[in-house]
Amino acid sequence: MKYILKYSFYEMVRSKWAYIYTGFYLCVTFALYLLSNDLDKTLISLSNITLALTPLIGILFGTSYYYSSKEFLQLLLSQPISRWHLFLGMYGGMAITLCVSILIGIGLPLISFGILSSASVNLFLLLMTMACTLSVIFSLIAFLIAMQFDDKVKGLSISIFIWLFFAILYDGFTLLLLFLFKDYPLDKFTIGAVITNPIDLARILITMNLDVSAMMGYTGAVMSKFLGKGIGMVVITISLILWTLIPLGLLKQMGIKKDF
Amino acid sequence: MIKINNLHKSYKKNKVLKGLNLTFDHKGILALLGPNGSGKTTLLKCILGLIIPDEGQILFQGKNIKSEFKYRTEIGYLPQIAQFPENLTGNELIDLMRNIKPRTNRAEELIKLFNLENELDKKMGNLSGGNKQKINIVIAMMSDDPFLILDEPSTGLDPLSIRKLKALLTEEKNRGKMIIVTTHIMDLAEDLADKVLFMLDGKIRYNGGMMELLDQEEEDSLENAIANLLENKKKV
Repeated sequence: MKYILKYSFYEMVRSKWAYIYTGFYLCVTFALYLLSNDLDKTLISLSNITLALTPLIGILFGTSYYYSSKEFLQLLLSQPISRWHLFLGMYGGMAITLCVSILIGIGLPLISFGILSSASVNLFLLLMTMACTLSVIFSLIAFLIAMQFDDKVKGLSISIFIWLFFAILYDGFTLLLLFLFKDYPLDKFTIGAVITNPIDLARILITMNLDVSAMMGYTGAVMSKFLGKGIGMVVITISLILWTLIPLGLLKQMGIKKDF
Repeated sequence: MIKINNLHKSYKKNKVLKGLNLTFDHKGILALLGPNGSGKTTLLKCILGLIIPDEGQILFQGKNIKSEFKYRTEIGYLPQIAQFPENLTGNELIDLMRNIKPRTNRAEELIKLFNLENELDKKMGNLSGGNKQKINIVIAMMSDDPFLILDEPSTGLDPLSIRKLKALLTEEKNRGKMIIVTTHIMDLAEDLADKVLFMLDGKIRYNGGMMELLDQEEEDSLENAIANLLENKKKV
């Protein structure tokens, strides 16, 4: 598996899109810091950008990578290697590339501005972790979509819709339901709604640590109030781990049964 | 030996393989022929474990291959489409395959045969279709496996390389390997194969010697003999 992972990483890391993605984050991070000259403000702006952008890039990269590797995948599947190790290696190489882009694009400039010796170091580490986690989750979802749909156009369209749903539509639906059923106790529903959206989970985890309650939103406020900050963070962390493990299990199931 | 018992495969309502019973125990070259959609590639992919049959079983050296992968250590496979990761070089691909199949020992000899020495440091995305196919052949044959499955091996090759490929396959045949070749180029099949397996609509229409087929159809070329088999099907 390690060889598949190694060469999958080589393939992805040399892609021009990986350079463009890293370059974009580098430019944005430098620009935000130079404009505000304040690490906290830069981090808040960056968290807004990364929470929307990392899932989008993760899901698009994942889908495109799977489709472009389809013929090569067939060759590898004809070799004496288990399907599970093959998929894990290919997926791992791609996910690591996305994380490296984030760490270089956002991490390096902020470290050069001295974030590690500032009071915002915890928030910085949390932001990096959440951006990488969202990349891992959404690129995994992308693999599942691409494996399910042999048609590239259909696969890419569904991937974009899934991102649109979790990043934009989901909050709208949740608010609509909260408004329609406002006469009923909705705390448990709200917590459930948060857990089933990884972007919301990451957003709340970051805002809980920002102590900027205005940015927390209704769902974040319910999470803080009813679970407390400590238990709330544990619940969110476990949910994010499940958001990684469950798709990974599905990938294994689908990969074993799939015809290539 | 590869033994296939009652193999069925469908894609939704399209039945691709309809109860195939076969035994591959012939040391030599078998040409797997048939029109597009006859089930040739599906059959080969079932043997390689890329496609999971709906029914039936495949025994490789007496063992059922279901959910197995180690048996593929003994099979070299050349896929129909030579599509490799664009940002990897030929050397990296060969290195990757060498790590998957550590027995690999013929890479250098094959690289030399196809004059690929100056192409292996280039990214695959920058290579011509013919050179990609040559690397495809090197990867399929470099581990000196006793079984070879070659799907359209001559695609994109120039006449000189086709001649080298024919000589290489004849040499492998003489070394006692079992080689299955699918091709639409009848001249290539006629030059190489000593047995023919002709498939039509997911069933086997002919399985036997090349000369026997020509005698049976009273033809002097494989192309005409296969055309006869197709014509007879239309009449039926």
